[in-house]
Amino acid sequence: MSVSDTPKRSMRTPLGRVRNLGAAHSGTSDFWRQRITAVAMTLLMIPVIVIIMMLLGRNQAGAAQILGSLPIAVILLLFIFASAWHMKIGMQVVIEDYVHNEKLKLVSIMLNNFFSIAVALASTYAILKLSSGV
Amino acid sequence: MVEFALPKNSKITGGKTWPKPAGATETREFRVYRWNPDDGKNPSVDTYYVDVNDCGPMVLDGLIWIKNHIDPSLTFRRSCREGVCGSCAMNIDGQNTLACTRSMHDVKDGAVKINPLPHQPVVKDLVPDLTNFYAQYASVEPWLKTTSPTPQKEWRQSHEDREKLDGLYECILCACCSTSCPSYWWNSDRYLGPAALLQANRWVSDSRDEATGERLDNLEDPFRLYRCHTIMNCAKACPKGLNPAEAIAELKLKMVERQI
Repeated sequence: MSVSDTPKRSMRTPLGRVRNLGAAHSGTSDFWRQRITAVAMTLLMIPVIVIIMMLLGRNQAGAAQILGSLPIAVILLLFIFASAWHMKIGMQVVIEDYVHNEKLKLVSIMLNNFFSIAVALASTYAILKLSSGV
Repeated sequence: MVEFALPKNSKITGGKTWPKPAGATETREFRVYRWNPDDGKNPSVDTYYVDVNDCGPMVLDGLIWIKNHIDPSLTFRRSCREGVCGSCAMNIDGQNTLACTRSMHDVKDGAVKINPLPHQPVVKDLVPDLTNFYAQYASVEPWLKTTSPTPQKEWRQSHEDREKLDGLYECILCACCSTSCPSYWWNSDRYLGPAALLQANRWVSDSRDEATGERLDNLEDPFRLYRCHTIMNCAKACPKGLNPAEAIAELKLKMVERQI
């Protein structure tokens, strides 16, 4: 890219452009939550794999019986909560990295939130339904 | 979306092969990026042959030899020729580094390939426009900020506190790290980049500074700081052996520390 092709042909000073709208004073919470959910998923991964292996090849009644146990249902719910949150933050980072069109970025981030909440709620509903034997 | 391909007018086309120097017994091939803002042409890669017996061992020596003996129009920045000023930062054999401290004999397999620092506007040939990079450095306000009355002699610092600046103060602002960072390529308008953040941490870590909190406030932003995804290209590229990724991690740690 040559100097004359620099996209921002503005008369604003370089420092003014860098300072722009100022710092958002946020980002640390997402950064910290991403680490918390990552550690949580690491700890939950082995019990979740064991539970999935226990569920393999069983019919609905068998699955409902296993998921009826409180610790098993709680482990799965915690895993879903942690992974949906982690997925939401991770995907948002990817969108912010690569989508530069402001409108498209806003819409993508909104859809990402909707999708993550929908996945989390649907999975939670499925587990509660099975574990309560309905 | 992010622009992954080069713009049309930045695509490299052709290039001139200059004749081998007469009487040279041993030569080294140099392939150098050329672009002239005045001729309206696309960039090209010219091939030169350097007489290694008439020239110093470093890549910068080769470039100076080319400028003196073959092509005076070849344009690049250089000053100290000993890794202190950071002027001759360029991409040599796929790695951002200083031409003055990289030996041409360390470049294995064929030609020494030289390009300007990646993803920056080019002023001419190997000279990138670092205006934004310097403005980002200015934005971290790299000077001591205090409100206490200035002491008569000096601001004192213990040896232990001084040691905390090791690995930070040595940065020469050559831009090798920032221009090697993919996150900086995509978002250099909002992400401060490894060099400016390492410098920010240098002042945040300075025991004499009284504006630590304000400095952190100024950095706490999803783009300014949190675009660092610990890719670590910065640490690999730094010709001074510093670790900007670690400095950024320290900043993030301080951000968490003041919240928990």
